[in-house]
Amino acid sequence: MTSTNYINADYGIWSWLLTKDHKRIAILYLVSITAMFLLGGLFALMIRLELLTPAGDLVSADTYNKLFTMHGIVMVFFFLIPSIPAVLGNFLIPMMIGARDLAFPRLNLASWYLFVVGALFALYAIFTGGVDTGWTFYTPYSTAAAHTNVIPAALGIFINGFSSILTGLNFIVTIHRMRAPGLTWFRLPLFVWAHYATSIIFILGTPVIAITILLVAVERAFHFGIFDPTLGGDPVLFQHLFWFYSHPAVYIMILPSMGIVSELITCFSRKVIFGYGFVAVSSMAIAVLGFLVWGHHLFLSGQSVYASLIFSVLSFLVAIPSAVKVFNWTATLYRGSIEFAAPMIYALGFIGLFTIGGLTGLFLATLGFDVHVHDTYFVVAHFHYIMVGGAIMGYLGGIHYWWPKISGRMYPEWPARIGAATIFVGFNLTFFPQFLAGYLGMPRRYHMYPPEFQVLNVMSTAGATILGVGYLLPLTYLLWSLRYGKVAPDNPWRATGLEWQTPSPPPTENFATTPVVTEGAYAYSDMHEAEFI
Amino acid sequence: MLERLGLLPPQASTVALQTDMLYAFLVAISVFFAVLIAVAVIAFSVMYRRRSENDVTPYIHGSTALEIAWSVIPLGVAMVMFGWGAHLFVTLKRPPDDALQVNVVGKQWMWKIQHLEGRREINELHVPLGRPVKLTLTSEDVIHSFYVPAFRIKQDAVPGRYTTAWFEATRIGSYHLFCAEYCGTMHSGMIGKVIVMDPADYQAWLTSGAAVPVAAGAAADGAGPNLAAAGKDLFEQKGCLTCHQPGSVLGPQLAGIVGHSVELQDGTTVTVDDDYLRESILTPAAKLVKGFAPVMPTFKGQLTEEQVMQLIAYIKSLGPSAGTAGAAAGTGKTGS
Repeated sequence: MTSTNYINADYGIWSWLLTKDHKRIAILYLVSITAMFLLGGLFALMIRLELLTPAGDLVSADTYNKLFTMHGIVMVFFFLIPSIPAVLGNFLIPMMIGARDLAFPRLNLASWYLFVVGALFALYAIFTGGVDTGWTFYTPYSTAAAHTNVIPAALGIFINGFSSILTGLNFIVTIHRMRAPGLTWFRLPLFVWAHYATSIIFILGTPVIAITILLVAVERAFHFGIFDPTLGGDPVLFQHLFWFYSHPAVYIMILPSMGIVSELITCFSRKVIFGYGFVAVSSMAIAVLGFLVWGHHLFLSGQSVYASLIFSVLSFLVAIPSAVKVFNWTATLYRGSIEFAAPMIYALGFIGLFTIGGLTGLFLATLGFDVHVHDTYFVVAHFHYIMVGGAIMGYLGGIHYWWPKISGRMYPEWPARIGAATIFVGFNLTFFPQFLAGYLGMPRRYHMYPPEFQVLNVMSTAGATILGVGYLLPLTYLLWSLRYGKVAPDNPWRATGLEWQTPSPPPTENFATTPVVTEGAYAYSDMHEAEFI
Repeated sequence: MLERLGLLPPQASTVALQTDMLYAFLVAISVFFAVLIAVAVIAFSVMYRRRSENDVTPYIHGSTALEIAWSVIPLGVAMVMFGWGAHLFVTLKRPPDDALQVNVVGKQWMWKIQHLEGRREINELHVPLGRPVKLTLTSEDVIHSFYVPAFRIKQDAVPGRYTTAWFEATRIGSYHLFCAEYCGTMHSGMIGKVIVMDPADYQAWLTSGAAVPVAAGAAADGAGPNLAAAGKDLFEQKGCLTCHQPGSVLGPQLAGIVGHSVELQDGTTVTVDDDYLRESILTPAAKLVKGFAPVMPTFKGQLTEEQVMQLIAYIKSLGPSAGTAGAAAGTGKTGS
């Protein structure tokens, strides 16, 4: 490996911190996001240990409240939302469309710095006393009652929001303007489609949360009376504004993951994806419909019955494009040539977890039913199935699949398969019992709980331990592989896609000559054997 | 049986069974689709596992008929779920007319409850078996959420507004009352009990207990004057009579006003309900009735949420005709 690539093109810390190469920026994100994931995971483990017994005996009530809040803030804003777009999207989108870089390389670097500054504010809030509002910052608790570092945490999220907005903007312009000759919209890889849809949410949704969270800080500091009823404000207005972004934010987490799974299923089945157009368009449908369902978080807030009915119907509609994708992936397997490499195990695991998460989402959209399980562990289980089961399975599957391209080394196959299986088992053991605890009536965010919920909580904590080991496995062997892994060929999976037509790791300019595209993505199947079902 | 296995909470209200039936339906549909997908994924994975490095796969690019089928069928199923859920929700939102009225105020970190007949309690709610009970909820500080799993009901208690919930208990016993909306340090300690009693026992309970003057705002458990009477005392103490006594032209007549619509200064109309009365007591100038000058002082900060509820109970107790104001106080019935 003597050729020049993006890793060895330049040396020294400043060559990284001042880089304009989208691939190096992706690596900067990978390192910082992984650190945030470990921090959020540590909080999660402490929460689960506390809940091993019904009495609040490990940490105090205040500490517990801060732990779950910081777990939420770190995981949602500093891991799940940026993870796939900022790491894999950044690394792959220019290569997948045959471009040399993103449209605005300096803006891309600025996005990373905004992420870091935002994260530093959040870390400051955490390590100088913590925050206890819950990641949802519901008012008037956050503006009038919380006695913790709400303002620095809010500013951290506000600043980090600009990172998301600029990344989304950069992706949209890049995808519009910089596609290689011949790469029409309906020849784009589904990963790119998914990121296009995600970027729309970034641009339209993030300003709303940024303003909302800033208003919380302003109200807390200067008592403006926007959300606090004692000052004439409306606490439910906050919930509308908050969920207008935060519900679409779930699709920010899951759409890129769906994009990855589409790539993995078709590559490891070595078969053209079933219903390309439907899978592509369903991403856009999810992005658009995702903006119309926020009110299903407010069924119990006192909002009008008519509003609740409308939000309920719309919530069911957004489930349909998601279902379409699951059916298409399944149909892609039919008569394929399926190899169970680690990324494929992650992709199949994704289908399982996402199916359970999606179906239980229908439970919550069902009006009368939601009344009982709203704000219980049923909801906790549901959104972890989507956001952790769905988003992280896709993320890890993608990291493994593109690891040879990113690092120039192969990951070790058997530890990776064991890791994927461990995560799948640990995940289900952690979160499935929470559906049952929720229906039994265990409210979320409880430091102590009545003893009848203990058995399910012990199962959940046992699962979390397995899950924790499962996450440490890839961290360990991927680092190991950087030095000891087999040197990766340019295209180890015999995959289609422009990113595989360049060396591993790629040179700084990605391609020696601009590629010309003559056919659609996923030309895995034998066109001479055209068959229709 | 599921209840004994620890998979269902106790079923102790009329909507509990309905919610559980909807649950069973949702689980059945979900299991069907989950198993369908799991079987297909596993079967395809086994049948079509890679046999040689040079396997050739057929070019099957899609099928519009299939896409339509697996969009339309789930949509149909989803609409059935929606319809059923909406039906149950509307039931939950419509208390029967003869429901007992109970007022609930959430506060970090307790539930303060006032029965119309005068008894007050904290973190306990006694109710009779087989009688619908309507709750009017609000909060003194942050958002709380009133949750009784055995009844399958939950409702946020939001500061600055009234929300309502209702249930009819079907089984004698004591059931968890949780706060479901995160509300601060002792959120998980904000636990109470709902005690369902035989109607005769309930009646005895209602009239027992030490007499505590409610209007004084004491937060003690015990019987006192009924809510409307307490409201009447407040009404007189706070000087409301000056403008609102029968025949006065300074303020609108209150007798029989509840449930009717009144015309406002700006020409719009508003239906007089709990929320409007509360707003008019705390922020009188917000929605001024036509023909009256904005002379009423605000009572914000001078009344607790419980006292506002007592005043409203009194105003509701006033008979339909203006001449009976005051005379009807103390009947304990909500006029409608």
